[in-house]
Amino acid sequence: MSVTNAIIATTPAGLYCREGDFYIDPRLPVERAVITHAHADHVRWGCQSYLCARDSRSLLRARLGPGKRIQDLAYGETLRINSVELSLHPAGHILGSAQVRIERDGQVVVISGDYKDGPDPTCAPLAPLRCDTFVSESTFGLPIFKWPRQEDVLRDIRSWWQANRAEGRTSILFAYALGKAQRVLAGLGSALGPVLTHGAVEKINQCYRETGISLPDTRHVGEVNNLALLKEALVIAPPSADHPAWLKRFPQRSRAFASGWMRIRGNRRRRAVDRGFVLSDHSDWDGLVRTILATRAETIVLTHGYAAEMARWLQGAGLQAETLPNPTGDGNHSAGESP
Amino acid sequence: MKAFAELYRRMDETTSTNRKVDAMVDYFRQAPAEDAIWAIRFLMGRKPRRTVPTRQLMAWAADLAGVPDWLFETSYDVVGDLAETITLLLPAAEVGSDRPLHVWVQNHLLPLREKAIEDRERAILAAWRQMDESQRFVWNKLITGGFRVGVSQRLVVRALSRFSGVDGPVIAHRLMGEWPPTPDTFRRLLSPDTRDADISRPYPFFLAHPLEDDVAALGSPGDWLVEWKWDGIRGQVIRREDQVFIWSRGEELVTRKYPEIAGGAAHLPNGTVLDGEILPWQANRPLPFGELQRRIGRKTTGQKLLKEVPVAFMAYDILEHEGHDFRNSPLHRRKAVLGALLVDLPVNHLIASPEVTAPDWKTFAALQAQSRRRGVEGFIIKRRDSVYRVGRRRGDWWKWKIDPLTVDAVLIYAQRGHGRRAGLYTDYTFAVRQGDSLVPFAKAYSGLNDAEIRQVDRFIQRHTRERFGPVRSVQPELVFEIAFEGIRKSSRHKSGVAVRFPRILRWRQDKSAAEADTIETLHRLLEETT
Repeated sequence: MSVTNAIIATTPAGLYCREGDFYIDPRLPVERAVITHAHADHVRWGCQSYLCARDSRSLLRARLGPGKRIQDLAYGETLRINSVELSLHPAGHILGSAQVRIERDGQVVVISGDYKDGPDPTCAPLAPLRCDTFVSESTFGLPIFKWPRQEDVLRDIRSWWQANRAEGRTSILFAYALGKAQRVLAGLGSALGPVLTHGAVEKINQCYRETGISLPDTRHVGEVNNLALLKEALVIAPPSADHPAWLKRFPQRSRAFASGWMRIRGNRRRRAVDRGFVLSDHSDWDGLVRTILATRAETIVLTHGYAAEMARWLQGAGLQAETLPNPTGDGNHSAGESP
Repeated sequence: MKAFAELYRRMDETTSTNRKVDAMVDYFRQAPAEDAIWAIRFLMGRKPRRTVPTRQLMAWAADLAGVPDWLFETSYDVVGDLAETITLLLPAAEVGSDRPLHVWVQNHLLPLREKAIEDRERAILAAWRQMDESQRFVWNKLITGGFRVGVSQRLVVRALSRFSGVDGPVIAHRLMGEWPPTPDTFRRLLSPDTRDADISRPYPFFLAHPLEDDVAALGSPGDWLVEWKWDGIRGQVIRREDQVFIWSRGEELVTRKYPEIAGGAAHLPNGTVLDGEILPWQANRPLPFGELQRRIGRKTTGQKLLKEVPVAFMAYDILEHEGHDFRNSPLHRRKAVLGALLVDLPVNHLIASPEVTAPDWKTFAALQAQSRRRGVEGFIIKRRDSVYRVGRRRGDWWKWKIDPLTVDAVLIYAQRGHGRRAGLYTDYTFAVRQGDSLVPFAKAYSGLNDAEIRQVDRFIQRHTRERFGPVRSVQPELVFEIAFEGIRKSSRHKSGVAVRFPRILRWRQDKSAAEADTIETLHRLLEETT
């Protein structure tokens, strides 16, 4: 690609707005970074200053540590820099996730960051924006990715947990520590039994609670030694905890993974989990198409995942679509660790 | 079909054999006999043949899903399974079909092959519309001829035995051979009356376990009977009521493919069942296995092929003698009876597998080292007093195979895998050096662990040179040690050789492509082994 227009340009460090002198989710340390959300692959360490949505502040602070300059904007609040107007709008991906809207001389560019258009009790819903150029993610940009209803997935998770409880097995649910874990927690509630969390998840829970998101009570699994309690519990842990050393404290267990990648049977089998729950914080194919069309953008730029495929399909539908070089550089199309 | 789709889902989502057996028992508890017998058939891997050409099916599915052909193919490439790709792409369906499994199979699936192509299309689209996602998946697996559940026959037998209370070996025996998928078969299968008989029915095979320790750990060689491990197709020859049946281990009736053996077996007394190996055999020695492959594919065999690739039956054992199940007699007794029986026959297509004798294991090892030149795969070592058991068991029968041949070769092409490895580049083509160029000689799919597969996959993504459809040519940098069982001349391969059962032994990260083996190495192996 080369989206180079009056507003943004691609550079080795990522998407850059010259007039405002800032980068969006830069890959290299830069002066000024605008961050769409606090997932590790979007936050480059070592920039001079960071700008994010207000709801993302606590998460970004936790990721970057103290002493970093972090500025925030409320959703919809406008910041004027030279001749551009910058504002952040809900992307529905995780708490504080934002689309970046940049306007100059009546021309509007929106960079979506990661987004989903489904329900999520832990973050503001996606707000579709009209624009001229829309830079959209396309992690799940193939029509095989169709998400079941969230309530059906939550019901399946509950019945899996209840069946395990009845057999005296710990239910271990692997979910990304930031976003997915809290969405599942809030969705399940605490009425069914004890919910325990891995340290990485508990740390993020604190940020959510500080930001005013109500989550059911959870306990750090490391504090629990009562085997009877463990057998009844649902344990939420990041995928990186799925190794024998961590699992050995649960002698009787059932393992499950919550991710959009679980839509494909090969991924479920490769992880060798007992259950794969199809639950994603990205849009499925229909959601991507719906969101892209709602922008009525003249130019659509795809990035992440199946960008080339999505661009080709949009071109076939008569739209002007192109791709950004994949930020990770290796076109990794599989159930990777990146959220 | 609801219950069967649910059974498939439960078996698919667990790796625990106990849970798989639980799921099957639960299914049999509620399934009517006419459904259950079909379920058993499918679980045992006796899948129906493909009913529609793949291209056609892809086109219908893409059309119904409103997806262009290229996007369907990309999706297929990512999913790695046709039945699943179709299932994922079809428009959502909320309600499933209540029609029973046997009705779907008998009235809808089996007649497909007889129908005109337009009628097949209509029938398949109608089926899709009536089914929910899990039913569609099972249905698609059935119509594409790819139905497979990760379950061994032994587990199916265990579930049936637990469900019915009938002994496992009795059920295993009744499941052998051919039977009609009727409710009556189901009732007979689980009947406590064990006097049932079917004159074509073979016995379940007893399989040797690979030797795990040094052969000397077996103790005194005098307790063991050693014979060559012949390289053919394991089979059973049955002579009952003046008829002959030849079964392959894949439970296929192959009597007509091997008229020489069938003719010879007609001289056996009624009430005889032999276990042995179907071998390509000429001038008192085996031909390469590749020659036998020419006969495996044919339904009937012409005069020319009969002359070029004659076969013989190398009998290892006798399972039925004078009409009685002989499997519980000790091996030395069965061998004596077998020898006496065959020595008197006026034919030379039935041979008793000779015992190999040596004073000690060291001498056996020296003999074993000659295997390749003799056209055999090593030794089978059997306890002299062992009975003939069912399935692959430790303890009584061991196979002591020769080490494979190996070369170090360079990865040059890659393609995405299927099933558990869907979406990852796991199917590789390997080359050896020839002067300054590389010449492909083998494809291999297995042998790397998951971490290595991911690493190689990343390398391929980053070092692709060209794409030919789903195949990528890759910068020739990675070297792997490739093992294979045999090598022979082949005019159909660029390298001039064909290797048997190639697989990756290990990744030679210590070697560069310039250090890989050459075509001359392959030619030398070819000379040494023939």
